[in-house]
Amino acid sequence: MVLQFRPQGIYCPAGDFYIDPWKPVERALISHGHADHSRWGMQRYLATEAATPVIKHRLGDINIETIKYAEQRQIGGAKVSFHPAGHVPGSAQIRIEVAGEVWVASGDYKTVDDGLSEPFEPVPCHAFITESTFGLPVFKWDRQEDVIASLNAWWQANKDAGRFSVIGAYALGKAQRILANVDTSIGPILTHGAIENTNEVLRAQGVALPPTIRVTKDTNVKDHAGALVIATPSGMGGPWMRKFGQASTAFASGWMAMRGVRRRRSADRGFIMSDHADWEGLNTAIKATGAERIFVTHGYTTQFTRWLTEQGYDAAIVETEFEGESLDAPEQELAE
Amino acid sequence: MNRFAQLFTTLDQTTKTNAKVAALSDYFASAPDTDKLWTIALLSGRRPKRGVTTTLLREWAAEKAGIPLWLFEECYPIVGDLSETIALVLPPATGTSDKTLTQWLEVVRDIGQHDVETKKQIILSAWDSLPPIERFLFNKLITGGLRIGVSQKLMTRALARATQIEESTLAHRLMGDWTPDKTTFHDLILSENPEADASKPYPFYLAYQLEDLDALGPAADWRAEWKWDGIRGQLVIRTGQHFLWSRGEELITDRFPEFATLPDFVPDGTVFDGEILAWDHATDTPQSFNALQPRIGRKTVPKKLLKDAPAVLYAYDLLENDGQDLRDTSYDARRAKLETMIAALPKDAPIRLSATVPFADWPALAQLRETSRDRHAEGFMLKRGASPYLSGRKKGDWWKWKVDPLMIDAVMIYAQAGSGRRANLFTDFTFAVWNGNELVPFTKAYSGLTDTEFRKITAWVRKNTLQKFGPVRQVTPEHVFEIAFEGIQKSTRHKSGVALRFPRMSRWRHDKPLAEANTLDDLKEMLETYG
Ligand SMILES: [Zn+2]
Ligand SMILES: [Zn+2]
Repeated sequence: MVLQFRPQGIYCPAGDFYIDPWKPVERALISHGHADHSRWGMQRYLATEAATPVIKHRLGDINIETIKYAEQRQIGGAKVSFHPAGHVPGSAQIRIEVAGEVWVASGDYKTVDDGLSEPFEPVPCHAFITESTFGLPVFKWDRQEDVIASLNAWWQANKDAGRFSVIGAYALGKAQRILANVDTSIGPILTHGAIENTNEVLRAQGVALPPTIRVTKDTNVKDHAGALVIATPSGMGGPWMRKFGQASTAFASGWMAMRGVRRRRSADRGFIMSDHADWEGLNTAIKATGAERIFVTHGYTTQFTRWLTEQGYDAAIVETEFEGESLDAPEQELAE
Repeated sequence: MNRFAQLFTTLDQTTKTNAKVAALSDYFASAPDTDKLWTIALLSGRRPKRGVTTTLLREWAAEKAGIPLWLFEECYPIVGDLSETIALVLPPATGTSDKTLTQWLEVVRDIGQHDVETKKQIILSAWDSLPPIERFLFNKLITGGLRIGVSQKLMTRALARATQIEESTLAHRLMGDWTPDKTTFHDLILSENPEADASKPYPFYLAYQLEDLDALGPAADWRAEWKWDGIRGQLVIRTGQHFLWSRGEELITDRFPEFATLPDFVPDGTVFDGEILAWDHATDTPQSFNALQPRIGRKTVPKKLLKDAPAVLYAYDLLENDGQDLRDTSYDARRAKLETMIAALPKDAPIRLSATVPFADWPALAQLRETSRDRHAEGFMLKRGASPYLSGRKKGDWWKWKVDPLMIDAVMIYAQAGSGRRANLFTDFTFAVWNGNELVPFTKAYSGLTDTEFRKITAWVRKNTLQKFGPVRQVTPEHVFEIAFEGIQKSTRHKSGVALRFPRMSRWRHDKPLAEANTLDDLKEMLETYG
């Protein structure tokens, strides 16, 4: 096996390294900066140039090397390269080749171009490790331009009514995706501190984001009437929200496709926007790899694996500690 | 159906009451009369009969979506709603439709007459002509499951705003067993003669669970009655007939033939509010709710049940007397009339007065409440002597003061994901107590925690799964929860030998080590005492 599934994480014996390990190991190849994929305590890290600043920001003083997309590197008996996963800026699928056999660990991915992340590229391989966060046929994303259009309309209507528009989105990825696409001519944009920290890191590495205003305890929000406020999901529930009075609230997440979840969040609006692939996306991505063996990780593993098996793949479930898109994972947010 | 879909979307997208009422009253002011009538019908739980089985709908949806049926069936519990699951898996519509809500409801009403092939054609072409929300609503109409987050009270308020008719008048007009096929918007809502239907009950006044005894003020202002667990009912006697209504506004006259004799003794223009109880005539006390249970689902009652579980109306209020609506008079005044009326009835009439329990002060009543469980009562009902009979659930004048629940500390051993609202969280748990070194499962519970706690336990379950059995995960026994419940019974179906009534998680006992959870012997002792 080019890769093995060990209690510490996904392991490559030929190169003696792990991919996104969840326990401290000697050498870790990191797919992207979300907390469930880049953890603290590894002796050495390797990540893409674009993913590294956020990882460093989160993990502090670590020993990290960078690699360009598609650049080939020999690690022991394994030939390694990183390829865009389209999930968040800098996210990668990691390709491992050992004695002519190619495996790809895709981390988290989405196949649609979000206008922010390096777009997903299919990587031909023999075995493909896929997530299955939204691996059911009920998950089908609308086109991004339609989602953004309704988000703009919601913001504009609130602004006209003299209300703030507060939207909950993850500090890394979703928040910037909204920033990069929303119609900034509508009004000013305020951000929660955890989000602004990520913005600063990304701006410093050259990611183009519109101007934003960090909300601090001294911010007089009345100076920014009708603003779009981008909050972390946990900030949405807390006392932080009080500043904004009778604001209209929204969430941006793939889970918003389900009415029940939308209602549970008791936000006024739910925008269906995910940084993970939908049903269609998972199936086309898998097909495009040409792989025969598929390992299914975090998400609807049982159902998706059975589906793939019936489609003729040699598919199996792999238990990992990755966490898909949780509406509720505050650990994905960067510390303030 | 576009206008109705917009209304639905607005109602669904806001949690604010005022916005809901505004959207509804706009709709009532502008939609065609037949659509309005249907909307009122739907919002008050009246819907056409189901003309297609859900089994067929699932098969057709899976076929149209190009997925195997098992995969559709896997999606359903995760989405938690059949209509939504169908709407989500189907490919986008290729056509359009300009049918109104009423026209779609006619399709729904008439579809039952056709053969299966024709039904399928009708359904597939509907799916292929409707955008997502309308498709979801169509599925809801066809399966008879449309529920909109608007109470009848809010709907009535909006209708009052749109029609300028008093809210309480409208609430009464909307009661009874009308259907959109049998009436018109004009006759039902606008017509001045609402008494045309003699069967009409009054909107029920519903009590809240008491939160703060101290806030009630002087004990002398309040009346107490024992609270028994039965079926809340309104008995209407007019034009020499009797009509029995459940709280869900269902006419259940035929299920309780005991009351057929009442028009012989009770004058026309009388309406009682009370609890239907199975009665033990030998001791003149209520039987347990379990005795009544077999009668609930039945349209006709076998002789044996009539003999074993004879029903009485345990009357606690009089809403109409001599054809006069008494609801604006005080509780004390209504009670006085009720007592006089019941005293005049023959002893064997199937009506009992819910006696007022005298008490000197709150501490005395609190002490008496401790005896509830021994009497098989649920606790007390507290009613303000000066209060009118309000409609719907309103805080202030009527309170349920139930006896504190029973509690046991148990270990979580299995977890299962919730559905719908909580599809991405683990919310359904199985709990166990100690029997020596073994953990014996004895109950499931799925409510009582906050969303934050559910999130926490979900993250924990993911990392502490020992084994998966389909959707059920066996987890490391580690967490102790306090389980609250209302009653305990012997059960042969459960390994533990007991079944609990209304179990829920009342507290996550972070402070309790695993070994200190309760034991099977503790449960058995509770069964002895309270079973
Ligand atoms: Zn991620
Ligand atoms: Zn992840």
